[in-house]
Amino acid sequence: MGDLMKYLVNVTTLQYSSDKCAGCGRCVEVCPRGVFEMIDKRATITDTDLCMECGACAKNCDFGALSVNAGVGCAAAIITGLLTGSEPTCGCSDTTAGSCC
Amino acid sequence: MQTMQTLKFVKKEVPPYTSGTLSTITSSVFRISSDWSRADYWGMIKSRVGAFRMNYAVSPGLYAVGEPTKGSDVFVSANYKLSFDILRRELKGLNAWVLVLDTKSINVWCAAGKGTFSTHELISRMAAVKLDIVVTHRRIIVPQLGAVGVSAAEVQKKTGFRVFFGPVRAKDIPSYVEAGYKKTKEMSTIRFPMIDRLVLTPMEINPAMKKFPWFAGGVLILFGLQPSGILFKNALSGGMPFLALGLNTVLAGAFLTPVLLPFVPFRSFAIKEWIMGLLTTAAVVPLFGPAIRREILPLVASWLFFPAMSSCIALQFTGSTTFTGMSGVKKELKIGIPLYLSAAGISLVLLIVYKIREWGIL
Repeated sequence: MGDLMKYLVNVTTLQYSSDKCAGCGRCVEVCPRGVFEMIDKRATITDTDLCMECGACAKNCDFGALSVNAGVGCAAAIITGLLTGSEPTCGCSDTTAGSCC
Repeated sequence: MQTMQTLKFVKKEVPPYTSGTLSTITSSVFRISSDWSRADYWGMIKSRVGAFRMNYAVSPGLYAVGEPTKGSDVFVSANYKLSFDILRRELKGLNAWVLVLDTKSINVWCAAGKGTFSTHELISRMAAVKLDIVVTHRRIIVPQLGAVGVSAAEVQKKTGFRVFFGPVRAKDIPSYVEAGYKKTKEMSTIRFPMIDRLVLTPMEINPAMKKFPWFAGGVLILFGLQPSGILFKNALSGGMPFLALGLNTVLAGAFLTPVLLPFVPFRSFAIKEWIMGLLTTAAVVPLFGPAIRREILPLVASWLFFPAMSSCIALQFTGSTTFTGMSGVKKELKIGIPLYLSAAGISLVLLIVYKIREWGIL
């Protein structure tokens, strides 16, 4: 199909400490990229490069086993963030979308 | 007294996508229809192409689908009308409750990222509609992409409701419910097929085309400018190829690359598009015959400038994809922006040198 595309390798800030995992399975439930799977009642990472840093797993890991510098992977938002000195947030609007280089 | 007032209000402002009301223990709620009207289809088209989407909203609160009871499922949604429309269409035939959060007319995923589809909003909306009285069970189904903003553990701690993160796409809801609230891997994975990429392109082309008149004006002035003033004839004959290349750049960056995304080599969006820009420039340049090729300086400037601009436009598409992360895009921008600025700067210098030579000053 070619529709589960991968982005740059070795850039994600996803950190996983398997010793803290309690095996609740929330990460598998929330990750839309299939980064996790449960093996012997413990979460295992299939491929970190699939991660797009949305932050759903870290938000829903009640045991502090996951951390990620979550944010939007959007050039317009990041440029606006750089220019205004704030964190990149998605404007999803006509005014910010396409504020090209 | 309170009920009378509510009913009065209900009668006055009946949204078109509803079919009557339903009395619950706490109040009267709208029953929503699962069918789309012509206005709903038209709204979908308008929200896909422009700023109409910014205020395409439904009122937050509780709605009924079919004949829900105290034991029926509760599905959470955003108050962006297109999200709400897709959900109600897919719930056809089910008896369920729909709890719409106030996400400022933004879809679930973006709103979760922005923090409006949040744990706090969910908890307070559940309290506002007295969900704990409307239903006797303690489970609530939140769209999976809402997990970016909703902490299931916190919701359970504060309300007693257990959050089930449902499928990514609303169309999988009936099979998800049938399977006993179990998702297959396919249901929880976000994909990005060509049709999804295609419907996003109008919102890539529009912002790019808004800047085009500035570019066109600049090109025409530059080529028309003579020691004696601006000559319309020179502006057109010299500027035309550049205008065509400019349009071509928008087409490549905002349409071709998004649609053909997985088929263009390399993972970096900047490189993908620079290649596409190069190919499309190569396709357009010969159309202008020998005229453009005689002048080496404008030719070099176009090869430098247009692929770089395509690359820059295509980087904007990272905001619409379902797989690019912030760290990756930051890396691309760090390398890309200095290159884009240099390409634009050098091209401008080349064109100025060309003009000076044309005027015979050098």
